[in-house]
Amino acid sequence: MVIMSSSDDIPAGAADHRTWVVIPLYNEESVIADVIAGLLPSFPNVVCIDDGSSDGSAAVAAAAGATLLQHPINLGQGAALQTGIEFALSRPDCDYIVTFDADGQHRVADAVGMVALARKDDLGIVFGSRFLDDRTKPGLLKTIVLKTAVRVTNLTTGLRLTDAHNGLRVLRVDAAAGVHLKQDRMAHATEIVLQLRRTGKPWAEFPVELLYTDYSKAKGQSVLNSVNILVDLLVR
Amino acid sequence: MWIQLLLIAAIIALGIFFVRRPGSDSHLAMRRIVFGFFVVVAILAVLFPHAITWLAQLIGVGRGTDLLLYIVSMMFLVFVYTQFHRNAQMQQKITGLARTIALLEAERSAAAAPGDEAEKPVSPSDEG
Repeated sequence: MVIMSSSDDIPAGAADHRTWVVIPLYNEESVIADVIAGLLPSFPNVVCIDDGSSDGSAAVAAAAGATLLQHPINLGQGAALQTGIEFALSRPDCDYIVTFDADGQHRVADAVGMVALARKDDLGIVFGSRFLDDRTKPGLLKTIVLKTAVRVTNLTTGLRLTDAHNGLRVLRVDAAAGVHLKQDRMAHATEIVLQLRRTGKPWAEFPVELLYTDYSKAKGQSVLNSVNILVDLLVR
Repeated sequence: MWIQLLLIAAIIALGIFFVRRPGSDSHLAMRRIVFGFFVVVAILAVLFPHAITWLAQLIGVGRGTDLLLYIVSMMFLVFVYTQFHRNAQMQQKITGLARTIALLEAERSAAAAPGDEAEKPVSPSDEG
């Protein structure tokens, strides 16, 4: 399978100044500072899109050293992601975009490995997948829901992915330019795969571990939300 | 019974209508046709109350009022769909507006404080 390479353009441990990390942020006051602090040594360019948080998330993110964009009202994660992608694309120093969740369930090392893989193999898109190895252990019900989401996504998009609704992705700017998310809410995770496929850029999956902390479990999507996602995708 | 066939056909037609991509002009035209038909039928029903009962019995519904109830139910489905669609369009516009504000605001604050990002400490001291 895919292995992290040691022959990267960017030497291991050095900061990657040509990549922007995009973090949709909504009411994650208690964890966002740690997430940003974890990212900055590897990725100095971090942009948080505060999606109308009602807590102090925006101030905490700005204090932690991220560039802050603020939606004046809450729109949804898909909308925040699109705003962040558009902002990153407008930066002259952006070669790659990493999409990263605010709740601390992604590992920075995985993101570094994914960008390195994209550079090495000249890939337009790298999808993180928690199902390529057995490090991540979602519960049975969550596994069933996720596997169903994978099937729906694969049916809709024609790609053969092993994971869906994984927020960790690497997009080269030419691939990211093809993303125009219309799904403001969670269905964007399927929509983005569809739009990325249409760009025709080479892609790969990369094994990542999702850290299911008590916090992310408490905040994570409920199983019922998968009903919303299906309806959002079907009814137009 | 005729009415069951008709109702099921209408529900299926609406269901297809729901899922279909909105080619907005034809969608709007269809909705207007349906509503226009509804208005004509309503006027006729007022003018000729017995005609409704006659029509109802023709297709296997007991009373004219029952037939009206069925028609109103269908119209309600159309209404729900129309509103859903309109809300979705409105949401798209709001999203576009909010995104523009967010991006403009970021540009403005970057222009107001050049080099601010470089001055930010990478590892800030613990916040109180």
